[in-house]
Amino acid sequence: MTVLLSANEAADAPLQDRAPRHFGLTAEAWLRIIAPTLIGLLALAGWEALVRINEIPPYLLPGPVTVFETLIREWPSLSVSLLITLQITFAALAVAAVLGLALAVLFAQSRIIELSLFPYAVILQVTPVVAIAPLIIIWVDDIRIALLICAWIVAFFPILSNTTLGLNSADQNLADLFRLYRASRWQVLRHLRLPTAMPYFLAGLRISGGLALIGAIVAEFVAGTGGRASGLAYRILEAGYQLQIPKMFAALVLVSLTGIAIFLAMSLISHLALRHWHESAMKERR
Amino acid sequence: MPEAPPIAPVTEPRGPASVISLEGVTKRYANGTLAVRGVDLSVARGDFVSLLGPSGCGKSTVLRMMAGLIPPSSGRVEMAGGGETGDIGFVFQEPTLMPWSSALRNVMLPLRLGGVGRQTAERRARDALASVGLAGFEDSYPRALSGGMKMRVSIARALVTKPRLLLMDEPFAALDEITRHKLNNDLLTLWQAERFTAVFVTHSVFESVYLSRRVVVMAARPGRVVEDLAVDAPYPRGEAFRTSADYAAHCREISSALHRAMEE
Ligand SMILES: Nc1ncnc2c1ncn2[C@@H]1O[C@H](COP(=O)(O)OP(=O)(O)OP(=O)(O)O)[C@@H](O)[C@H]1O
Ligand SMILES: [Mg+2]
Repeated sequence: MTVLLSANEAADAPLQDRAPRHFGLTAEAWLRIIAPTLIGLLALAGWEALVRINEIPPYLLPGPVTVFETLIREWPSLSVSLLITLQITFAALAVAAVLGLALAVLFAQSRIIELSLFPYAVILQVTPVVAIAPLIIIWVDDIRIALLICAWIVAFFPILSNTTLGLNSADQNLADLFRLYRASRWQVLRHLRLPTAMPYFLAGLRISGGLALIGAIVAEFVAGTGGRASGLAYRILEAGYQLQIPKMFAALVLVSLTGIAIFLAMSLISHLALRHWHESAMKERR
Repeated sequence: MPEAPPIAPVTEPRGPASVISLEGVTKRYANGTLAVRGVDLSVARGDFVSLLGPSGCGKSTVLRMMAGLIPPSSGRVEMAGGGETGDIGFVFQEPTLMPWSSALRNVMLPLRLGGVGRQTAERRARDALASVGLAGFEDSYPRALSGGMKMRVSIARALVTKPRLLLMDEPFAALDEITRHKLNNDLLTLWQAERFTAVFVTHSVFESVYLSRRVVVMAARPGRVVEDLAVDAPYPRGEAFRTSADYAAHCREISSALHRAMEE
């Protein structure tokens, strides 16, 4: 006698995604790209029309065309600043990810450690970074490290709290199964708790990506008012002082684009890491 | 028939020797709930025993004590030969698979946790998957499988260590009837081929009669064993048995035992 799968069970298996694809993406995915892009273009056209019809001078409100021209013209100096801001943002995000994960794992090992340290992580989170940035900039000689610390403070908490939650969310029956096979603490962590925490960690990373940029920009503003920085925020300040409003807009546009790019990059990482198994990576199927 | 496993299944005759026994076992949970009281139960090697009873009568509690997942408050739970890792397989009501791992890796888990090398573990997991009818689904992730297929993976995982004792806690309760019948038959085939001892928790009188040689009926508040009945029909059992007068008689007998248990 051989055990064979019945047609009934096989037919019951969830259907794989068979939606037709155009240039690698489904119609739904294209819609998700095209619709917001169209809205954006319309808004830009309206803005340009408003500026031209009312003949608003560029030092009050430059039109998108002027902003774009300025962006191209000022690219050499802006790109240097962009690079500096990006370095700080990603360094802060990387440190936040590594430390957040490590601390969450530590918390997961011992309830005492979690209970004694978690409140301080919360304090770190609720303290406005604008308020402590001046102190940090005074205390830390290297301005880049000072900025990195500020951005890290903002980016750290979501990763820590999300990952801690994830590590504690393992399925109870699976945990019993690991006990049945007498898995070591390390095996439980490696094969059960960390994989369970993965979607939580990635969701934290997605939030922290944007926060790290905001943290870096805020700190640059604080440092910039002291004349000690050269990141994008400093360019905005500088252009403001010199009443070069189009340049201010150009730097602002760069900040926004960077934020969007970081969000998309984190979403992509998350999607690639979870595509086989997690609900969040499967929404196109409905 | 599944391929010859690396560790040959014991072909010893089914003797009266018990694989696991509970003596005067009482379980009171930390919150004060008295889940079971004074349970004596001994399962003979190679037997197929069903635990049948109303909700909350402590079936899962008994099963989890057999597995060593929870300790009894008093009394003794003893596994013949001590009980090595991998001696006991457990199947939950939910498939309880790791969603981030393929079917193959899920089935490899018990072996990997026990320190078996990757290649050996992979070969044995493939064999186990094939033995439950899932050859070709090694690389599927759980979410791509139907409920019945997931349960098959779960059974393959429980059997991959060649356990002496397979504990199942209402494994097919969430499946549709056609699938449940099919899995009942396949479980019996595996049981006959691999000669493990089976303890099967169920709510269903029909399922308990169809599968087992012995039905232990439990009552609630506090949970205890009230009746112990033999189903002496020969194996292999199939559709012929399901429609026989013998089957109907056993169902009636056990059904009324269950009724008495619920009225007590
Ligand atoms: N971890 C626990 N802590 C406290 N009480 C529990 C726990 N687990 C079960 N109980 C209680 O013990 C009693 C027996 O529960 P158990 O799950 O063993 O019953 P069961 O026969 O498996 O029920 P069902 O058929 O619903 O699965 C119930 O009253 C239940 O509420
Ligand atoms: Mg139960």
